[in-house]
Amino acid sequence: MSIALRTVSILVLAAFLGACASQEREAPSEPQPEPQPRPSEPVEVERINPTDYADSRNLDNPDSVLSQREIYFEFDSSAVRREYLPLIQAHAAYVRANPSARMLLEGHADERGSREYNLGLGERRGTAVLELMLAEGASRNQIEVVSYGEERPVCRQSSEACWERNRRVEIVYTAR
Amino acid sequence: MFSKERFASFFATTVSLLALWFSAPLSAQLQIEIVDGVEGALPIAVVPFDFGNAEVGPETPLHEVIAADLQRSGLFDPLPVEDMIERPARPPEVRFGTWRLLKVDYVAMGRWIPGGDGLNGEIEYHLVSVHSGRTLFSRAISAGPGVFRLRAHQIADAIYQELTGTPGAFASRIAYVKVTGTGTDQEQFELIVADSDGHNPQTIVRHSQPILSPAWAPDGRRLAYVSFATGKSNVIIQDIFTGQRETISASPGINGAPAFSPDGRLLAMSLSRSGNSEIWVRNLETGRMEQLTNHYSIDTEPEWSRDGRHIFFTSDRAGRPQIYRVRRDGTGIERITFEGDYNSRVSVDPVGGLLAMVHGGGAIFRIAVLDRDSGRLRVLSPGRMDESPSFAPNGRMVLYATREGERGVLAAVSVDGRFRQRLVLSDGDVREPAWSPLMQ
Repeated sequence: MSIALRTVSILVLAAFLGACASQEREAPSEPQPEPQPRPSEPVEVERINPTDYADSRNLDNPDSVLSQREIYFEFDSSAVRREYLPLIQAHAAYVRANPSARMLLEGHADERGSREYNLGLGERRGTAVLELMLAEGASRNQIEVVSYGEERPVCRQSSEACWERNRRVEIVYTAR
Repeated sequence: MFSKERFASFFATTVSLLALWFSAPLSAQLQIEIVDGVEGALPIAVVPFDFGNAEVGPETPLHEVIAADLQRSGLFDPLPVEDMIERPARPPEVRFGTWRLLKVDYVAMGRWIPGGDGLNGEIEYHLVSVHSGRTLFSRAISAGPGVFRLRAHQIADAIYQELTGTPGAFASRIAYVKVTGTGTDQEQFELIVADSDGHNPQTIVRHSQPILSPAWAPDGRRLAYVSFATGKSNVIIQDIFTGQRETISASPGINGAPAFSPDGRLLAMSLSRSGNSEIWVRNLETGRMEQLTNHYSIDTEPEWSRDGRHIFFTSDRAGRPQIYRVRRDGTGIERITFEGDYNSRVSVDPVGGLLAMVHGGGAIFRIAVLDRDSGRLRVLSPGRMDESPSFAPNGRMVLYATREGERGVLAAVSVDGRFRQRLVLSDGDVREPAWSPLMQ
C-alpha cells in the first residue's frame, strides 16, 4: 500500500516536473537544436526564504532550521526538550508539503549501560520525535524509526561532552 | 606458597607464548594477561607428555596448554618445565622426594599410546599427590591430529575438577565481536569464535554494519546474534561449523537480545513489533511466537533460568533499568534487583545461584554478582564502562567487556572477585563476549 502510494506520488511528481521542464523549454525565443536539461537555474539570484519549510532547498540552507537534523537528549531519557520544537515543526511542515519525501528517524544512545537496553532507548527517542511529527500533521507512512543504540557514536571518548553528542535522534531524508 | 621467582619464570613462559601468538600469520589472536593473582595457588607440575618417537604430535605441547589453562584459572601455580629434574610419564616413575624438594603438591603426567594406523591413538594421563604419594586418577582419552589441543583442555578440566571439586571450563569456546576501523564508512564488525584460551580465532561473519549480542545454543554449535546487515536489527542463528545462517526475526522495529532456552528449542528475544520493546519467545521448531511482557517500558535482555521455567530480563518499568523475572507463561512478573540506579544484562550462573549483571549509574558501570539466597550484591570489576557479563560454563568466572581508553578489551574475573585476567587483541576494539557451554 505504502509502496503503491509512493509510486503514485513519484509518478505525479515526475509528471509535474516534466510539465515544468517542457514549459521552460518552450519559453526561450531562439530555437535550440538540442534541448538539454540545465544543471542549475541561472536566474537563482533571488534569496531563498529560510522559513519556507516546503522548499527543499532549505534542507541545505544553513540559515533555515530545516538544515538542522539532530535532536539531543538527557541520559536515559527520551523527553524532547522544548528548544527542539521549532526544528520538529519545520521538518513536519516539510514532509506535509512534500508527500514524496521519506524520513528516517535514527535513534542513538551514549555508551553507558548495556547495548540492548540502549537499543530500546534509541528507539524510544526516535518514537518520541515521531509522535511530535505526527502531532504536527506529518503522515505516518512518510516516517520510519530505526534504533542503532550505542553502535553508531559520533564521538568516541568517555566523557560527558562526548556522550551528549551521542544521545541523539538524527533526521535522515531517504527521499526529498 | 607463592614464589616470586617461579612467578617470574612462569611470566616469562607466558610472555614467550604471547610472542608466539603475536607471530601467528593470519589474524591477531587474543593475548591473555593475568592482572590480579591469588595467593596460595596450588603448586603443580605438569610434566611434558612422553610422545616417544611418534610421528604425530600436537602443534603446541600438551603440557604447555594444560599448564597455561591451570594458571589462567588463578587457582594453580605451575612449575616451569626447566625446573623439573625428572620427567616421569607414569606414576611408578614418580620419585616423591624430588617433587617435595621442589615444593610441588601435585604432579600431572602422561604419554602417547599410538593406535594401529599410526595417526590416531590414546593419551594416557595421570595425577598424583606428592604429599600422600597416591595416584588420584589414571585415565586415557582417544586423540589424533586436529583434536590434541581440545584433549589438552579436557585433561586440564579433569585436573581442575579433581583438585577443586568443580568441573573445569577449559574445553569451551568464547564468541566476541571485534570492530576495526573508525567512522561509519570504515568500520568492520566481525563475529569471532575462539577457544577459551583465545587460540584459533575464526571469523564466522563480517559486515560493515553493527553485530551484537552473540548467544550460544546449549549444543555449542549454533550462535544467535543481532545483525544490522539490512540497515535494521535482525536476529540471526548461524551454525558455526557449516556457516549456515537463518534469519529468525526481522519484524518492524527492534529485533534483539536473543537467548536460547536450556533445551535449545526456544529462543527468547526482545522485539518492538508491537510498538515498544517486549520479551517474546519463539519456538524454533514450529515458529510459534509468544509475547511474555506487555508494558510501555523497555523490556529487553531476556535470559533463561537454568530450569527453563523463568526468564530474567531488564526493564525500566519502575523508572530505571532493573532486573525482573517472569514465568515462562508470562505471569508472575517480579522485581529481582533493588540496589543501585542501574542493573541490566543479566547472566545466569550455570551451576550455582548467582546472577551477574551490569551495575552502576552516572559514569560508572561495573560487573556485579547477586547472590539470590543472601540477597548480597558484590561488585567484581574495577572498570568504568564494563558490560556484557557472561558466566563460564562451570560458573567460576565471569567474562565481560571493559574499556581501555577508546578501545574495548575483554576481561574475566572469578566470582569471588579475587582473581582477574585481561584478554587483549593486538588490534581492534573487542566487545560482546559470550562463553560457550563445554565442548564434548
